Amino acid sequence: MIRDITLGQYYPGNSWVHKLDPRLKIIATLLYIVALFVVHDFIGFAIAFLALAVVIAISRVPLKFILKGLKPVFIIIVFTLMVNLFMVKGDILVQFWIFHITRQGLRMAAFMGIRLVLLIIGSSVLTLTTRPIGLTDGIEALLSPFKKIGVPAHELAMMMTIALRFIPTLLEETDKIIKAQQARGADFESGNILRRAKALIPILVPLFISAFRIAQDLAMAMEARCYGSGIKRTRMNAMKFAKRDLVGGILLVAFLAIIVLERVLI
Amino acid sequence: MSIEVRNLTHVYSEGMPHESLALDDISFRVEDGEFVGIIGHTGSGKSTLLQHLNGLLKPKSGSIIIDGTDITSPGVSMREIRCKVGLVFQYPEYQLFEETVAKDVAFGPSNLGLSQEEIDARVEEAIRLVGLDYERLKDVSPFELSGGQKRRVAIAGVIAMKPQALILDEPTAGLNPKAHADILDMVNTIHRTESNIILFVSHNMNDIARMSDRILVMDHGRLAMNGTPEEVFTREEELKQMGLALPDAMELTMRLRRKGMNIEQNCLEISALADAIAQLRG
Repeated sequence: MIRDITLGQYYPGNSWVHKLDPRLKIIATLLYIVALFVVHDFIGFAIAFLALAVVIAISRVPLKFILKGLKPVFIIIVFTLMVNLFMVKGDILVQFWIFHITRQGLRMAAFMGIRLVLLIIGSSVLTLTTRPIGLTDGIEALLSPFKKIGVPAHELAMMMTIALRFIPTLLEETDKIIKAQQARGADFESGNILRRAKALIPILVPLFISAFRIAQDLAMAMEARCYGSGIKRTRMNAMKFAKRDLVGGILLVAFLAIIVLERVLI
Repeated sequence: MSIEVRNLTHVYSEGMPHESLALDDISFRVEDGEFVGIIGHTGSGKSTLLQHLNGLLKPKSGSIIIDGTDITSPGVSMREIRCKVGLVFQYPEYQLFEETVAKDVAFGPSNLGLSQEEIDARVEEAIRLVGLDYERLKDVSPFELSGGQKRRVAIAGVIAMKPQALILDEPTAGLNPKAHADILDMVNTIHRTESNIILFVSHNMNDIARMSDRILVMDHGRLAMNGTPEEVFTREEELKQMGLALPDAMELTMRLRRKGMNIEQNCLEISALADAIAQLRG
């Protein structure tokens, strides 16, 4: 049950999108998000939607898997829709009690809804097609120009790598502890909030102890290998810009150009 | 009390790209008072099987009948099943959480809704049964104990629920030789005093051969063998193909036979082999 969390999950594959340089993919995702805020009419959203659909089709990640990522943020989307629908002032279409729906509000709500959905799907395509290690390597590479002004790029990337690496481990640990306490008759499902919160103690205490134990073991293992970030480190798999990345870059620029032109001209 | 498993099948991550068949049509029966050893290579499905026996995992198909009740049918009280079947996980000491040993052991019994006197009595009994000094340790934090002692406390936490079947998943993993021997003695003591069913998973073939009435061999999610230690450990070739070893004495017996020594008995223990060789020499 607890293993079925998909947000930020990698979907193994060997497609063109999977193989793209993580640095390019990160930049593309950021620019895509910016583009979503540049767009201000439905034609623009149609273009953005089409571009994303093409990328997903090439990545061969099943649609079911992508839509699953929307589930946890569903409430946020609905909330945003409601706020926009009822709060924007303008020409009133429908009115009841203290609520009124305006034409501008309807338009705004539709925009925000599409924007949010595309934003979430767009960024989940990045994590679905990029290994977590590739992702952090990419972030490190992109942050490295800022090292000069004191941004600890490598340390940040290392911390992210470790955090990502241990999510599955801690989930597994949680699963095991829950089962072990259930085997001792623990009940997490019934009772009021206070009882349920109290029922979490037998899970949280062992989980914290495990987390500290794992962290200590890892620190020891890194120490034993003389890990240090001070000296200039080289990589086993250095990232190289390949031909496909050039193609990807050109497509990205083309997409941005269309979006900007659409905004300016129409 | 008996445990019967019929055509049990379990699939992990069903419908996902990494779907895998963890248990494939498993059937067996364990009678009252039996001591059953379970062996199998890592990933052969042992732990998955055990978690079905007290309802922690639900099978895809098949049934599990505990003491006459099919626990896969709807409306069965899981609390009752977990009271009947006690499961001790691998490295159970990682599940300790209370401030004192006595409180931690009391967690199981108090979940059963027993009276305070009954709980106290069971806690004391369980701590003594796992070979710990009740008076000295009851008010000590479990986190101050040694590895072997922590594990005993964790096992006591399950025993205090007085299960009619006790399942132990590699109870000796990661312990030093002394603590290892102590835990085995403890398991034997529990089996004798409580006269319950014991299902015991281990990678140590010597322990399995010495302690079990019967052995289940798991391989790639299937039940590959089900027989007495002698029946199982004479199928050397098949076991080795599954990546499993023989008990030391049996291995030596087989090698001596190949060298031409005429040892008739299948010796599961070194003392038995020594006797057989002495007899041969006259």
